[in-house]
Amino acid sequence: MNKLIWSLPFLLIVALILLLGRGLELDPREVDSPLINKPAPRFESTTLQTGEPTSLDDILGEVTLLNVWASWCVACRQEHPLINQLARSGVVRIVGLNYKDERVNGLRWLEQHGDPYAWSVVDGDGRIGIDYGVYGVPETFVIDAKGQIRAKRIGPVTPDYISGELIPLIQQLKQENTPSS
Amino acid sequence: MTNRLIAPMLLILAALLTAVPAMSAEVDPERMRNLEKELRCLVCQNQSIADSHADLAADLRKELERLMREGKTDDEIRAWMVERYGDFVLYRPPFKPMTWALWLGPFVLLGLGAIIIYRVTTTSRKSDSEAAAVDPEKLKAALGRGKDA
Repeated sequence: MNKLIWSLPFLLIVALILLLGRGLELDPREVDSPLINKPAPRFESTTLQTGEPTSLDDILGEVTLLNVWASWCVACRQEHPLINQLARSGVVRIVGLNYKDERVNGLRWLEQHGDPYAWSVVDGDGRIGIDYGVYGVPETFVIDAKGQIRAKRIGPVTPDYISGELIPLIQQLKQENTPSS
Repeated sequence: MTNRLIAPMLLILAALLTAVPAMSAEVDPERMRNLEKELRCLVCQNQSIADSHADLAADLRKELERLMREGKTDDEIRAWMVERYGDFVLYRPPFKPMTWALWLGPFVLLGLGAIIIYRVTTTSRKSDSEAAAVDPEKLKAALGRGKDA
């Protein structure tokens, strides 16, 4: 018993080192979104490309990637070729959320870097972004056909993320959507 | 004499009472400041949205003001934030199974420390009393033998 007590400080220190060591591996910028498996927040806005009214209803009915982007966002430029590629592959419909941007700048940016979006929703004052808990553009939401948010990526997507997580999830969601009976 | 004083005091009191509801229709800056201070800005994670200069913090301050104008309580506003950004926005995390270790951990460690200190001190006291239990006769004999030698 006595031996146990004397070795306790040592054991505690080992436990502390393991705990803090684990902490080093985690990315504090990635905070689990409370929105996962919850209905996507409703919004009413217009599209960037044509100025037509658009709302969440336009997204429902099909598995969709909601990609939050802005012309002022440097990391968006980094991930954009991958988003373009994903759009060309036709795996999933991609809708943009043009976050706190000027219309002219947004349109010019799409002209320069390519437009992978079925359409982009205008969020000039960032209110839609706040409802979606956006805090680090680019962000990417996977929304299933029923309008539930199933995954959220904070920061630019990577080839590993797309092939390892995104595409398997999309395929799973598409299967869920096709009634088996 | 006192009556003369009471009249103006009542007037002042009446003015204060009517002024208070008029003020609460506006956003109370102190209440807003207190709320901002306990909400984390997720862009620069070690600052509250009161201190942060991030764009998002400015937007959230605006939203807070709007919610307060709508007459939302502090709890409702906190819930509104948590709905969007998760418990992480709260500098004072809620008490729930996920955070038990966080809230109770220090007390558990304190208790453990107390147990260790108790055990260590009682065992050394025991050896002290063992030392005192030495038979004085034997001790004297032993010392005496030492002197002889």
